[in-house]
Amino acid sequence: MSNSSRDRMGLTRAQMAWRAAQDIDDGAYVNLGIGIPEQVANYIPDGRTVIYHTENGIMGFGVAPPPGEEDPELINAGKKPITLEPGASFFHQADSFAMIRGGHLDMCFLGALQVAQNGDLANWSTGAANAVPAVGGAMDLVAGVKRVHVLTEHTTRDGTSKLVDACTYPLTAKTVVQRIYTNLAVVDAGADGFVVQELAPGVTREMVIVMTDAALQFSDNLGEISATKFR
Amino acid sequence: MIDKSIPNIADALSCISDGASVMISGFGEAGSPIELIHALIDQGTKDLVAINNNAGNGHVGLAALIEAGQVRKLICSYPRSSNSTVFTELYQAGKIELELVPQGTLAARIQAGGAGVPAFYTPTGVGTLVADGKETREFEGKEYLLEKSLTADFALVRCDRADRMGNLTYNKSARNFGPLMCTAADTTIVQARVLEEPGAIDPEHVITPGIFVDTVVEVSNPKHEGDLVAAGEYYPGAAQ
Repeated sequence: MSNSSRDRMGLTRAQMAWRAAQDIDDGAYVNLGIGIPEQVANYIPDGRTVIYHTENGIMGFGVAPPPGEEDPELINAGKKPITLEPGASFFHQADSFAMIRGGHLDMCFLGALQVAQNGDLANWSTGAANAVPAVGGAMDLVAGVKRVHVLTEHTTRDGTSKLVDACTYPLTAKTVVQRIYTNLAVVDAGADGFVVQELAPGVTREMVIVMTDAALQFSDNLGEISATKFR
Repeated sequence: MIDKSIPNIADALSCISDGASVMISGFGEAGSPIELIHALIDQGTKDLVAINNNAGNGHVGLAALIEAGQVRKLICSYPRSSNSTVFTELYQAGKIELELVPQGTLAARIQAGGAGVPAFYTPTGVGTLVADGKETREFEGKEYLLEKSLTADFALVRCDRADRMGNLTYNKSARNFGPLMCTAADTTIVQARVLEEPGAIDPEHVITPGIFVDTVVEVSNPKHEGDLVAAGEYYPGAAQ
């Protein structure tokens, strides 16, 4: 049985997206993955302009159109209808992935099945025998975008940690993830292993340690995620 | 005067024979040359290798071509979506081959194929299942994967405007793989929403120069896959 939302600890998904949005610089070119990462666009701080890239060939897209105004040839990578912001552009797939692989995009936010303490990412396949493998642009994004950040629940529905010593699912890429936003904490990954930077309100160090299947360090400047703007 | 237009879709596709490799433009339904694909189904050409980002939706377009048993192998980055049951069933039954390629690598392989570059090194996929059996090499301390270019016998592409010389423009995100595929096939067959005289398209606005295009067919009111899928349609007819 899956947990009801009442059993969830820490932040809601909207709050996770809000926290992630605070790390986007003014003027950044950003790619948002499907799922929770898409919500990041709803919480960009006032005064910052963000230019959104979608790998199927658009820079500068905006919100979903009102019902009845959808254009089947104006869609994002999730194949959902979108609109354009002033200054938008269209380009073919080789240019789109030149932006990605060539390091021109500043940040991407992705979901994950597992993230390892060294920044290894698994987010495209559980390796199940009969599953149809599908990778899309995930491996390209993490191979080329300057900052790769992950938004994910801290654990799976059955309580298994998504933050791990070493990924057991097939890798998307090695040592690429720099920061993870979960319902419990903001955690950096990399050569120094997992370093918890911030905890969600009401979440203690001991709780995060128990919920994480890897060694954790805590930042000397460990903070609490600001809850003032949360619904 | 050069005139690459052909009035009839069936005539445009008659050069495609069994066993051909066929690049098909589109990302999801955007840019999918659905009328050309349906004509290929009508023609009954078998044993095809299809190259597309996805595996089609519902029971029309690429999904219908696969469902008709005409595709032996699919080269693709994302053969899974909410409506892509046709491919899934055949794949799980071992009735169709899949070569999974990361989307950016797929684009780069097609671009290289069209540009006469046989292979290239890329950071995408290093240390993953995609790297299995492939050569790697270090450049300035970073590891890269050798990927081979991709060409095809045919490309089927949907564009917006075309002139009789084969110069093309595209519509919004329907551009995606079209311009790349046009360059990488021995024979490129295009369906255009509008067919015009040479000079009608401002040279500054041409996305695919006509040298990459062999045949243009005008399809003035192209169908949208999403509409057909939403209506539960099957091509060529009712559910088998």
